[in-house]
Amino acid sequence: MKIHEYQAKELFTKFNVAIPKGIPVFSVEEAVQAAEELGGKVWVVKAQIHAGGRGKGGGVKVAKSIDEVKKLSSEILGMTLITHQTGPDGRLVKRLLIEEGINIDRELYVGITLDRVSGKNVIMVSTEGGMEIEKVASETPEKIIKEIIEPELGLQSFQARKLAFALNLRDTQLKNAVKFLTALYNVYLQTDASLAEINPLVVTKEGEVLALDAKMNFDDNAIFRHPDILEYRDLDEEDPLEIEASKYNLNYIKLDGNVGCMVNGAGLAMATMDIIKLAGGEPANFLDVGGTANKTTVSNGFKIILSDKNVKAILINIFGGIVRCDRVAQGVIDAAKELDINVPIVIRLEGTNAIEAGKLLKESGVDFMVAGSLKDAAKKVTAVLKS
Amino acid sequence: MSILVNKKTRLVVQGITGSEGSFHTAQMIEYGTKVVAGVTPGKAGTEHLGVPVYNTVADAVKEQKANTSIIFVPPAFAADAILEAAMSGIKTVICITEGIPTKDMIKVYDFIKNKDVTLVGPNCPGVISPGQAKVGIMPGFIHKKGKVGVVSRSGTLTYEAVKQLTEVNLGQSTCVGIGGDPIIGSKFIDIVKLFNEDPDTEGIIMIGEIGGSAEEEAAAFIKKNVKKPVVGFIAGRTAPPGRRMGHAGAIISGGKGTASEKMAAMKKAGIKVVESPAGIGEAMLELLKNSDSKGAKKVIKKVEKVKKKSK
Repeated sequence: MKIHEYQAKELFTKFNVAIPKGIPVFSVEEAVQAAEELGGKVWVVKAQIHAGGRGKGGGVKVAKSIDEVKKLSSEILGMTLITHQTGPDGRLVKRLLIEEGINIDRELYVGITLDRVSGKNVIMVSTEGGMEIEKVASETPEKIIKEIIEPELGLQSFQARKLAFALNLRDTQLKNAVKFLTALYNVYLQTDASLAEINPLVVTKEGEVLALDAKMNFDDNAIFRHPDILEYRDLDEEDPLEIEASKYNLNYIKLDGNVGCMVNGAGLAMATMDIIKLAGGEPANFLDVGGTANKTTVSNGFKIILSDKNVKAILINIFGGIVRCDRVAQGVIDAAKELDINVPIVIRLEGTNAIEAGKLLKESGVDFMVAGSLKDAAKKVTAVLKS
Repeated sequence: MSILVNKKTRLVVQGITGSEGSFHTAQMIEYGTKVVAGVTPGKAGTEHLGVPVYNTVADAVKEQKANTSIIFVPPAFAADAILEAAMSGIKTVICITEGIPTKDMIKVYDFIKNKDVTLVGPNCPGVISPGQAKVGIMPGFIHKKGKVGVVSRSGTLTYEAVKQLTEVNLGQSTCVGIGGDPIIGSKFIDIVKLFNEDPDTEGIIMIGEIGGSAEEEAAAFIKKNVKKPVVGFIAGRTAPPGRRMGHAGAIISGGKGTASEKMAAMKKAGIKVVESPAGIGEAMLELLKNSDSKGAKKVIKKVEKVKKKSK
């Protein structure tokens, strides 16, 4: 799960991770009030959307007067922000964070995430703050310094010091950085986060070390332990079809292609998408109906696929293990009759009760293209796309 | 022979009285697996599906000489269940549970990695050695005793490969679903090592997916150490970066873990990489036909014989 920058900073406050003063707002009036409350002479108006690259997209601006705060807020609130992470449609900005301006001396980077090779968390820092860290990693990997965190021990002071020295921090800065890194690991650990990333981490002219930006992602499997974080979920940031699918326990991800697919199992679903591509199409979605697919799940899956207007054909690929193919077939038939489907459907059912399922499909009176194998299914999809 | 599970497997089911545990215990017994005990805290002294139930794994080990465990315990308690098995003398722990928090698995993995215990999973379909034992949730009937080892991160995609191997009469020595989570007990490399040493495995199928770098690690090992033919497939060539494709581990992040990277590494290691999952079985047949090894020749001879018979 992802949250907004201002929400991450709320958590930071609880865990003593240093941040600039700021107030989240939902309207221009609130923005002006917030700026007045914060005081000072410079403010930063920041669009709150989940995607990165907000600055480049025009969603982060500096204001040097209250009037300017008002002007910029009214411009950014309600704008459709397009960044390299939002896709071409962009995101509508509905929330802002108004922050005090600070005297930036240096911009650094820090991130904590799981290192899958060692099976342990890793903390990474770099002097190249403000840059796209992926770019730094691929072009100048020596500029990223890592410390693996031992699960039994947690982040040790010497590790935090080592990282701070690597960032060329001294004296007060060093002390503040060690404090910062320790607190950041603490919030990451305590909240079951899967990512805590500060880019940029800034050192001010006064020697403070602050999180200028804040990105936190959480382990979906652990969110049950954190009802307070679940409260942060912003449905405006999610695809409405994906929200609908999650209500039915369907794992759906909308993509930009023209062939919809419905599959049981994540691996087979990805492989089926690959087959669609090989067959000359583009997958319109990822849809895993799970290990307990039945009539209802299949029918709901169908509705979700069909509400995507780009879908020109549908490929259903079910390998029944625990799932019984005849039940899936009945679900497909019922849905097809109920929904008035006018795109061709290629269907391949294999495994438990596949023969009974084939019979049902044949006798249904619905015009399915039944495939006998994965290879055959791919061929039929190609044929459909050509016609 | 085979790997991990066989005729000597004496299985304890942790979470035997739950609905998943019950259903699959019945299926495993029907397949012929020796299910010797179940564990559900508080239900010791009872029987479930004809299997004696104990309060602790330690009791099941002591009373029934259980040597292998399968876990159906809900996600919030599954890490504890794995540790209980590992600390009670179980040598092979297979965890089916999906949705275990990563933080819990970091601890578990750190503890067991230097112990004399093999963990398979979590979030996996389990392990089957056809004709000997099924310790998992896969449909038994699609399998056939044979000479090809299958290792995979996914469930139903493994069934697909299994079915193809059965159709070309190669069958399987053992199929291992290692699971789709970011932290798993056995990685590709661990299972490939076992297959490489198993005299009854003549060829290896490796089915990976996007995310992480476990396929690359295994490919490097194969290049150096494995003479047996290997067929590989990577699911998720069309997956967009930054999106989790069902499995918690299937995510391309920071430009790493893409399908093309993995396929390139596998090709470099001499693995036959198939573009379509529909071609896995045929590719293995082809490799074994062209192999000079005695074992492979024997396998192909047998396949031809079966083919003739069925004509």
